[in-house]
Amino acid sequence: MMDLSWMAWTWQTGAFFAVIFLSIAFMGVRERFKPGGHPRRGVLGLDTTRGDRLFITYLGSAFIVLGWLGIMGTPLWGALILALLWGGFVFWKV
Amino acid sequence: MKTENQRAWWLVAPVVLLVAFNALVPLMTVVNYSVQETFGNNQFFWHGVGWFQDVLNSERFHAALGRQLLFTAIILVIEIPLGVAIALCMPKKGFWASVCLVLMALPLLIPWNVVGAMWNIFALPDIGLLGYALNAAGFDYDYTQQPLSAWFTVILMDVWHWTSLVVLLAYAGLVAIPDAYYQAAKIDGASAWKVFRHIQLPKMNRVLTIAILLRFMDSFMIYTEPFVLTGGGPGNATTFLSIDLVKIALGQFDLGPAAAMSLIYFVITLAVSWLFFTLMTRNEAK
Repeated sequence: MMDLSWMAWTWQTGAFFAVIFLSIAFMGVRERFKPGGHPRRGVLGLDTTRGDRLFITYLGSAFIVLGWLGIMGTPLWGALILALLWGGFVFWKV
Repeated sequence: MKTENQRAWWLVAPVVLLVAFNALVPLMTVVNYSVQETFGNNQFFWHGVGWFQDVLNSERFHAALGRQLLFTAIILVIEIPLGVAIALCMPKKGFWASVCLVLMALPLLIPWNVVGAMWNIFALPDIGLLGYALNAAGFDYDYTQQPLSAWFTVILMDVWHWTSLVVLLAYAGLVAIPDAYYQAAKIDGASAWKVFRHIQLPKMNRVLTIAILLRFMDSFMIYTEPFVLTGGGPGNATTFLSIDLVKIALGQFDLGPAAAMSLIYFVITLAVSWLFFTLMTRNEAK
């Protein structure tokens, strides 16, 4: 077994990356069985594919969490709810 | 519409593997470090989002970020128009076109630390040509003592080093415009400004997008040149984000805060690059 102790893994960071990789894999599987990833024009006037919308969701969520942490501090449940709402909005309207 | 054959994606596999090992694995490690406290010898203790909170509320980080944004904005405002202007003035064919291209490529061939060392000597107020000439002309110039002089020198150095990149990209965009466009403009009696505004600028859109993105990312992550030139000083006047990051990571060996700071830095770079790219390619898509 390869020694990965230098990477200093924790279950929390492992779960974080697992969610990201699984969501990307899910997008791939979804596209395979239910194609429809061609760009569409959303409320922001941008032509986005499903992949673009996932990227915008994550990027926006990063700023929501950082903003919450800088202004409100911990806990981050509020930021998580806002990020989920943001993701829903992006996939629905952007 | 169903895409029939997806096997070509396997051709991308080598690049994916390469990126995985030289970017993803280090990035994952940085994320792991950012939530822990380390005391060396691979001993780690969970610290949650504490380092992020510290960095986000640190005046030192705000100041370095402010300096970084100001520097990048000044660089873009100077280098992009200047690069386009020089490219417009360059001959499009013949012997002198080759001479200009070689001259323009020269600064890009010099290693970054050498550029810093060159300008360090060139701008010294007592023995450097630039510093001595400016003082002889009546300016009170000393980049080792005065923040304004240090900023002036760092910006001048960056403009000297990197405007050529914008010139070469803009030039490539200009020579790719077919003559038919110019002939049509001539028949219509278009002025030089209208030719620029309605033919040259739109045709350069793609290369300028690349130029702005490259210059944004490079200047936002600048380290070697100002570090060799000023060492981040005088005081902290030219301590940009990357210099501050290295000070925290290697100078103080605070790996947790440095990892948190580098992730915040990464997210900002990613967001601004995406914004630039989206805004500049949106008109094209319409």
